[in-house]
Amino acid sequence: MIDGFIALYIFMLAAFVGHEVIGRVPVILHTPLMSGSNFVHGIVLVGAMVALGRAGSTLETVIGFVGVVLAAGNAVGGYVVTERMLEMFKSSKEPR
Amino acid sequence: MNDGSSMRALIELSYFVAAILFIFGLKRMSSPVTARGGIIWAGAGMVVATLVTFLYPGMENYGLMTVAIAIGGILAWVSGKRVAMTDMPQMIALYNGMGGGAAAAIAAVELFGGEDHGLTFGVLAVLGGLIGAVSFSGSLIAFAKLQGLMKTTVRFSGQQMVNIALLAVALIVAIIIVAAHAGAGWITIFFLIALALGVTMTLPIGGADMPVVISLYNALTGLAVALEGFVLQNAAMIIAGTVVGAAGSLLTQLMAKAMNRSLANVLFSGFGDVAAASGPVEGSMKPIEASDAGVMLAFANKVLIVPGYGMAVAQAQHKVWELAQLLRERGVDVKFAIHPVAGRMPGHMNVLLAEAGVPYDIIYDESEINSEFPTADVALIIGANDVVNPVARSDPASPIYGMPILNADKAKNVIVIKRGQGAGFSGIENALFFLDNTRMLYGDGQAMAAELIATVKSL
Repeated sequence: MIDGFIALYIFMLAAFVGHEVIGRVPVILHTPLMSGSNFVHGIVLVGAMVALGRAGSTLETVIGFVGVVLAAGNAVGGYVVTERMLEMFKSSKEPR
Repeated sequence: MNDGSSMRALIELSYFVAAILFIFGLKRMSSPVTARGGIIWAGAGMVVATLVTFLYPGMENYGLMTVAIAIGGILAWVSGKRVAMTDMPQMIALYNGMGGGAAAAIAAVELFGGEDHGLTFGVLAVLGGLIGAVSFSGSLIAFAKLQGLMKTTVRFSGQQMVNIALLAVALIVAIIIVAAHAGAGWITIFFLIALALGVTMTLPIGGADMPVVISLYNALTGLAVALEGFVLQNAAMIIAGTVVGAAGSLLTQLMAKAMNRSLANVLFSGFGDVAAASGPVEGSMKPIEASDAGVMLAFANKVLIVPGYGMAVAQAQHKVWELAQLLRERGVDVKFAIHPVAGRMPGHMNVLLAEAGVPYDIIYDESEINSEFPTADVALIIGANDVVNPVARSDPASPIYGMPILNADKAKNVIVIKRGQGAGFSGIENALFFLDNTRMLYGDGQAMAAELIATVKSL
C-alpha cells in the first residue's frame, strides 16, 4: 500500500511541510509550538494501539500495554499543557 | 471482503483528515492571533485518528487497550492541569519522553513478534526503536534535571568515547538482529544499550542548554514515530512524525543559533569547562534600595523590562506585570525585552508573561528591541544574566563571545534584581553588573517587585 518510493515521497514532502510551517514563527510562540509539535507526535498512540491489538505472546502484550499507556500520556499531556499555554495569549486590544 | 475493504477505506480517510488537521493546527499555532484555535484543530485530528483505530481489522485486546488509554490519559491530564506554568519545560520533556518510549515499544513488539517484514522494514523498525529509546531515557534525565531531582552534572574524561562506543555497539547489535533474525536476548540487549545511551548523552549537559536538548529529543521522537509509521504502514504516523521531526530540527537549530553555539557544541562540550578562561571584571557592584529604584522607575519616560530565569524561579511574573501596569498608568512607556533563550526554553518568558496577562504586543524580542535601549531611561533586569552580558560583544576570550545579547548596558540606567552576588548559570562574571550606571537590587524577584510596587504607589 505505502511502499518504496511512495513512502520516500511522503517523507520528503512532509519534512518540507514541517520546515515551512515553523519557518516564520515568532520567538514568542517557540515554547507553545514545541509543546504543540510534542502533542502531534502523540499520534504514536494509534501505532501503539495496533501493536497491542496484534500482540500474540504475553511479553508482546505487556510491552504493547506499556506502549499505549506512554503514548496516551504523550497525547493527552501534550494537549493539556499546550492548550493551557495558548489559552493565555491575549492581545491588549481584547477585553480581559 | 467487501465489508473489510470499505472499513479499510474509512480508516485511511480518517487518517488523511487527521494529517490535514495536524498540519493546519501547527500552521495556526505559529501565529499568536490564531494559536489558540490551532491546538483545538490538532486535538480534533487526534480524536478522529484514535477512535477510528479501534476499527482496525485483525485486532484483539480491546479491553487492555481501553484500560491503558485511560491510565495514561488520566495521569497525564491530572499532571498537566496541575503543573505550575514555571514547570512547563520539564513537563514537555516528560510527555515527549513518553512518546519516544511508545515508539520504542512498537518497535519492540514488532521485533519480538518475529514476523519477517523484509530487510527494509527490519532496518526501519530497529532504527525507530533506537531513536525512540534514546529519546525516552534522555528526556527522563532532562525532566529529572529541570525538576531538581538530579542536581549534579556528571562529567568524566572520555565520556564522548563512551557515547560513541555505546552507539557503535547498539548499531552492531541492530545489524545482528536484522540480518540474522536474532532472538529475544539480543533484542533485549539492544534496547538496554539504547536506553543507556540516552542517559549518558544527557547527563553531561548543563541546565542552561536544556531547551536545545528538549527540542532535539522532541524532533527525534517525531522521527522515531515516522519510522515506526513506515513499519506499520500507517500514513498518519508517517506524516505527523515527519512534520514534527522537521519542524523540531529547525526549532533546535534556531535555539542553538540564538546562543551562538552549534548543536554539536551543545551536545559534546560542557559549558562550564571553558568558563574559567575569562578573566575577572574590573570595578564593583553598587547596591541600591528598593525605594530609590522605585523612584527612578516612576519618573522615567521609558522603561524596558528584561526578565530571565530568576523571574520564573521567584514566580514574579504577576508582580512584575502589576508594576508595569502602575508605571503605564503614570505614563511611562513600558516594554518587555525578551531574549530568545532567556529561561529554560525558547519563549519560556513569553509564556510566563502571558500567564500574568501581559498582552503580547508590548513584548519584543531581541532583534526588535535592541535599537531602543539607548533611548530607555531604565533597563530593569529581573533574574536575567548571561543574555545581557556585554562581554559577549567585547571579549573574544569569553565562552559566550558572539552570542546575540540584549544591549541593556546601553540604557541610561540599569537596575538589576538578583538574589545574590554569584555568577550566573554559565558561571561567567557579568560585566554589566559592574558598570557605573548599573545598580544592584539584591533580593527575591517577587519580593523586590512588591517593594517597587509599594514605592511607586506611595509617590
